[in-house]
Amino acid sequence: MTDVGLAIEASGLVKEFGDVRAVDGVDLAVRPGTVYGILGPNGAGKTTTIKMLATLLRPDGGSARVLGHDVVEAADAVRSVVSLTGQLASVDEDLTGQENLILIGRLLGYSRARARSRAGDLLDAFGLADAASRQVKNYSGGMRRRLDIAASIVVTPQLIFLDEPTTGLDPRSRSQVWDIVRALVGDGTTVLLCTQYLDEADQLAEGIAVIDRGRVIAEGTPAQLKASVGSGALRVRLLDSAQRDVAARLLAERLEVEVIREADPAAMTAPVADAGRAATALAALADADVEVADFSLGQPSLDEVFMALTGHPAEDSVGESSADREEAA
Amino acid sequence: MTAAETGTDSGRAEPELGEGVHAALASGERPPRPSALSMALTFGWRGLLKIKHVPEQLLDVTVTPVMFVLMFTYLFGGAIAGSTGAYLEFILPGILVMSVLFTTVYSGVTLNTDVTKGVVDRFRSLPIWSPAPLVGALLGDAARYLVAGLVIVALGLVLGYRPQAGPAGVAGAIALVIVFAFALSWAFMTLGLVMRAPNAVMNTGFMLLFPLTFLSNAFVEPSTLPAALEWFVGVNPISHLITAARGLMEGDATGGEIALVLGEAAALTAIFAPLTTWLYRRA
Repeated sequence: MTDVGLAIEASGLVKEFGDVRAVDGVDLAVRPGTVYGILGPNGAGKTTTIKMLATLLRPDGGSARVLGHDVVEAADAVRSVVSLTGQLASVDEDLTGQENLILIGRLLGYSRARARSRAGDLLDAFGLADAASRQVKNYSGGMRRRLDIAASIVVTPQLIFLDEPTTGLDPRSRSQVWDIVRALVGDGTTVLLCTQYLDEADQLAEGIAVIDRGRVIAEGTPAQLKASVGSGALRVRLLDSAQRDVAARLLAERLEVEVIREADPAAMTAPVADAGRAATALAALADADVEVADFSLGQPSLDEVFMALTGHPAEDSVGESSADREEAA
Repeated sequence: MTAAETGTDSGRAEPELGEGVHAALASGERPPRPSALSMALTFGWRGLLKIKHVPEQLLDVTVTPVMFVLMFTYLFGGAIAGSTGAYLEFILPGILVMSVLFTTVYSGVTLNTDVTKGVVDRFRSLPIWSPAPLVGALLGDAARYLVAGLVIVALGLVLGYRPQAGPAGVAGAIALVIVFAFALSWAFMTLGLVMRAPNAVMNTGFMLLFPLTFLSNAFVEPSTLPAALEWFVGVNPISHLITAARGLMEGDATGGEIALVLGEAAALTAIFAPLTTWLYRRA
């Protein structure tokens, strides 16, 4: 059963907060040198799972080994080879970016001079040199997140836990974080990534576990997951809502699917198999003088994945508010 | 057009970010693990940096005691002790104790802030001696205790207070108060780990500390109090601390008075230091 080659190997992990089973028997197998995504809504148990793997919480049941070390028996050995970038940016807001990195460097054993030069290198690498001597409370969300990840690689870890690294970031900061993750994994670091976004897991991860109410409900490559859900959706919004019936009929003809009329009287969505057909369908709208205000061809959202996998939408609060609070704490 | 511009823009910046990260990863060799003391001192340095960046926290803990000295001396001095000068001599050691002990509540508030903001998660995931953040925070707090103590003594000197035992007596009194403050800080750090928000720690802390400091021998002679209250003042450890501090500053402290305070400080530490460390591990 034990595969020494795995970076993370968890079996039957359980964590309870009072009556709530925040994590209810999670199994994971993560190969070294890859990005592995844990996908799920708020309160699904992602953060609790990461906290157990990073030795911050003691599992109530099951076991886990990280890079060969047991997370309970050899917690200190685990801490020596991993880094955690928590959901709340875990840096000291009162200190400057530079001071935060020097602090971590000193704690890990660098001399004063080495900690300072290392902090300087990291601030440069993460595009924060100009903000080095500003207090972190004045950083933007993206800068704070980058500093947080920089703090996690003051000493190069073998494995890094990233808990929702792009939640609340603007698109540009988001793609910067993605680049950083790609650079990390390109250098052989294993990354365990928790996220609420399917496209994020799709962009970065080699394997994905979908987690709901503390359980893994699906596991596979992004391609496998998407295949089980359908590859995406074409969303069209018209200038004139009176034309929606015409447009819906045209789309249904061209795409040979059922078109869903949205609450917005000018908008509709149709599942599509490939982008080429979506383009043809849009052209047909133009030919029929239907004026399109905007359209998007998106990947299935987490909600759609959940619909397909569980038959219920991804709920944020399924009476698990206490688990949420515990996770946030 | 705008979209295309943004595209090229990020296209230019992003590879740079990646390159730098590669270089940074390549040079992050793991140094030997530092000693527990060195880790605690690093956390002490963090405490000092926080004072440097948020000096208001010193105002909070100095302005109130200064107000107390002025108000009590000039409002009640004549009525209680016959003259403001005599009363100042009586209350100054008491206010010294009060102002330093008030500062200890902030140890709990700071720790609670660290927990609610998520910094503790980072520290707890590092391969470090687990009580280091707590011990280090106390070392940083010592600076605040010292400032609070010095402000009160300086104000007393300006107002005409002349301690019999001179600078050595004052230094001894401040040192004893700081030792006791360390012990009491552990209790407030425990509070900081069981409460949900920094404000709750602050309110609960002061709710406990206000009666304990006022129901002591800081402001009035206990012999003037009703019997039950006099008994409480007699067993209140803060009264013992004030008696010893007064004695040290006036040069008539007994070994027994000082030993009692040190014993109480040791007892507080023995209870709350392990409790805080235990709670911190599972915060």
